[in-house]
Amino acid sequence: MNDTYDAIVIGAGHNGLITAAYVAKAGLRVLVLERRELVGGTAVTEEVFPGFKFDTGAHRISRLYPPLVTDLKLADHGLELLPLDPTVFAPTLDGGHLSLWRNPENTIDAIRQLSDKDAASWNGFAALVAKATGLLETLYESSPPEALSKKRKDRWAMLRMAGRLRRLGKRDMVEVLRILPMTAVELLDEWFETDVLKGTLGAAGITGIFQGPMAAGTAYLFLHQHVGTKQGILRPALRVRGGTGRLAQALAGAARSLGVTIRTGAWVERIIVEDGRAAGVALVGGEEIVARQVISNADPKRTFLDLVDPVNLGTEFLRRVRNIKFNGVCARVNLALGELPDFSSLPGDGPHLRGLISISPSLRYLERAFDDAKYGELSREPFLEAVIPSLTDPSLAPQGKHVMSILVQYAPYHLKDGVWDESRCDALGDRVVETLAKYAPNIESAILHRQVLTPLDLELVFGLTEGNIYHGEMTLDQLIFMRPVPGWARYNAPIKDLYLCGAGTHPGGGVTGAPGYNAAREILKRVK
Amino acid sequence: MLRGTPFHERTAPLCQAQNWRRWAGYLAASSYELTHDREYYAIRSAAALIDVSPLYKYVIRGSDAVRFLNRVLTRDVAGCDMHQVMYGPWCNEAGKVIDDGTLQRLGEESFRLTSAEPNLRWLCDNAFGLRVTIEDDSDTTAALALQGPTSREILNNVSDADLDSLKYFRLAFARAGNIPVTITRTGYTGDLGYEIWADAQQAIRLWDILMDGGRSYGITPSGIYALDVARVEAGLLLIGVDYIPANRALIEARKSSPFELGLGWAVRLEKGFVGQEALLEEWQRGPAWQFKGLELDWNSLEKVYAEFGLPPELPMIAWRTSVPVYAGAAQVGYATSGCWSPTLKKYIALAHLRSAHAERGTSVEMEVTVEHRRKKAAARVVDLPFFDPERKRS
Ligand SMILES: Cc1cc2nc3c(=O)[nH]c(=O)nc-3n(C[C@H](O)[C@H](O)[C@H](O)COP(=O)(O)OP(=O)(O)OC[C@H]3O[C@@H](n4cnc5c(N)ncnc54)[C@H](O)[C@@H]3O)c2cc1C
Repeated sequence: MNDTYDAIVIGAGHNGLITAAYVAKAGLRVLVLERRELVGGTAVTEEVFPGFKFDTGAHRISRLYPPLVTDLKLADHGLELLPLDPTVFAPTLDGGHLSLWRNPENTIDAIRQLSDKDAASWNGFAALVAKATGLLETLYESSPPEALSKKRKDRWAMLRMAGRLRRLGKRDMVEVLRILPMTAVELLDEWFETDVLKGTLGAAGITGIFQGPMAAGTAYLFLHQHVGTKQGILRPALRVRGGTGRLAQALAGAARSLGVTIRTGAWVERIIVEDGRAAGVALVGGEEIVARQVISNADPKRTFLDLVDPVNLGTEFLRRVRNIKFNGVCARVNLALGELPDFSSLPGDGPHLRGLISISPSLRYLERAFDDAKYGELSREPFLEAVIPSLTDPSLAPQGKHVMSILVQYAPYHLKDGVWDESRCDALGDRVVETLAKYAPNIESAILHRQVLTPLDLELVFGLTEGNIYHGEMTLDQLIFMRPVPGWARYNAPIKDLYLCGAGTHPGGGVTGAPGYNAAREILKRVK
Repeated sequence: MLRGTPFHERTAPLCQAQNWRRWAGYLAASSYELTHDREYYAIRSAAALIDVSPLYKYVIRGSDAVRFLNRVLTRDVAGCDMHQVMYGPWCNEAGKVIDDGTLQRLGEESFRLTSAEPNLRWLCDNAFGLRVTIEDDSDTTAALALQGPTSREILNNVSDADLDSLKYFRLAFARAGNIPVTITRTGYTGDLGYEIWADAQQAIRLWDILMDGGRSYGITPSGIYALDVARVEAGLLLIGVDYIPANRALIEARKSSPFELGLGWAVRLEKGFVGQEALLEEWQRGPAWQFKGLELDWNSLEKVYAEFGLPPELPMIAWRTSVPVYAGAAQVGYATSGCWSPTLKKYIALAHLRSAHAERGTSVEMEVTVEHRRKKAAARVVDLPFFDPERKRS
């Protein structure tokens, strides 16, 4: 292998593939190195049990950054996105249930079954969310302004941001600024009275963070999850036909067609730094590959603390990277089912099984779930978000059978006593099944196989520090120009020719492609 | 509460003056007798025994110890021989001095670093990801400085070390009586001298052994006043007096680079270390300040005092304030320590001067307050140290 490359991308997560594709499109020779045997990172579909294919990482997409799809001709490479409708179905224990739909009228009708008042509030709330997310959307499409910088360019960026804010009009501007640092509880209590409605919306504000809905900033995360979605569609979800892994394959196909070389089973052990600049990488096994730029799709802690010799980094920078909060809180349970779950509050098959299934009966339920985690324990009653993709995509499971993936929160990476060993892993699986069985009692007998991925497994399998699904918590202190650390939000690093392109950079985690897209733009600006 | 050092049981009854000061949370004698003259002369003509236990001491061990210390210190630690001692500063990322101290290479992968201020956090921050352990030995290691022309003979008598072959800035492991000690050929006086490092539990016995063995050589417990005069003569910096550690400075202007402190010789710009980039830039630009000696002109001093019918009043105890230095009407610097040098018979001061006025031989004026009035006395810029006897190195 004595080809020379302009750029090496460490990691074939969706963001890494996107950056690779764009950089190659600009004419650079790019090599992607992925430690696993398959591409996609946390956007993969794996046949865990014979005939049963699971999205072991992300199982739904809120929104892909639109220009990606056209620029990279992803449809030609096999990408097909399927909107879930209802977006979400939330059962309760008292026989109630709520579904939110893509058509706001349907949503309002559904809410009206529970509260006239809340039904009347819906459009107003949806409009507020649309205004706030509209503001975030413009922020997300560009690299974050360096708030600490005195450069004229950065001051302009700050001004432009202020300009966009002002364009909302005074009333709305104040309203948007007011809600950004709020708690999800405060925000939702201002608008609604129905517990299951508030719980189900509020769940979007806690996903992936070591906080409950009563923590400041959860309103922001709620908005973040809705950026770019159509007004009135809340807890939105798209699926990829064939599984999330098909997205990665489409991206890999696009990248290859642009000349990118992708090697799997290639584990980068070290970034080679020479004279203060990144000069290539060394693989586990000893192979060294030189390149003019090194772009890391691994999270910032992995990149700077594991792959780079610390003597190449400044004291203050290292301290900041060390202090990035990860605190993984999610686990994943994948069930191979012989039959569909039968929810007591809405028996039988129906459209409700085709949306997200959210166990989030109230905000209090979510906060209680967090209370346990706060003291280092698995939630007694965890928040669950499940999808049964085989309903819309029969190829994922043998005829008549189903796959169900469940995101579980809170399963804290750091346990009060002990570690995530086999018995705790089993206990986690049991806890999830028991919780689900309270709503759908047939679930236990429907299970043919069960896979449990604890936060420790997520770390080991996907290379996620502390099992954090977003490459660093999405809390207010770690966003925008503070992501990954203040002063280094432009995808670059204190080592010349080293870049980041993953979810640990602005605008953060989730399958959106935005970090990878922004990173490519910044890199190309500097490489030119 | 301020603590006594491990030698307190011995030093307390000796301290006739009850003149204690605080040093890093410990009690330290300013002088033992009512005036410090005899203690000073012990440094220059016999042997002074000075309790320097309040220094911070860190023991650094591990296979990355050299890499780690090379990252922190401005000196080339890779070039530090076994049993060598190195003096030098360390800087923040902006190339401003945080502290200065000595580094003893105790073994292939073990070192002792001393400092005037606590540095554990800074060291740990820089050790991240490296295979080193850093142990704060400040309380458990006692330290004595034995300084002066007879110090070698005393140590030869009380220890099994071969001090005749122990070169300047080298160390030896030895026994004094039967106490294991590390003896370093170092000191803060600019004279022939040693520093002795031992387990704090053995401190009292070590003191007794040295005092007994040194009696006929004029060994004299000495305090900080005597030391201060000696270190000004030797042109050695005192942190917090001659410079402000970068992490304590409230404004940028209060921070100093090694170049500005006369420590350019200790900076190895070609190796990677914290502050390297900034220092390289400064070196290319040329530093704005220099740290130099001032010798006051006797006739001029006489004249400014004569105006009031006084003979010159001389600072026998070194002063530690900031005193303006002028060239004509313009202030071109400030002196930070000064005293009458009993050995050189000169009024000397350590001063920060703008580079344009720092050339050796330049005439400047230093402010002197006479009868509550600000006067200027003529002074000449000289290189440091003021006093540099051959025996220091021999
Ligand atoms: C269980 C789970 C469920 C999730 N659910 C959702 C969801 O439903 N919806 C959603 O939007 N988001 C979800 N997420 C989050 C989302 O998947 C991630 O935030 C996002 O995909 C991160 O993408 P990325 O490309 O930045 O990084 P990753 O997908 O993490 O990719 C990084 C890649 O780098 C590779 N790598 C790391 N170190 C090295 C090395 N030294 N050498 C070579 N390769 C290396 C890794 O193997 C990996 O392939 C989920 C995540 C997890 C783990």
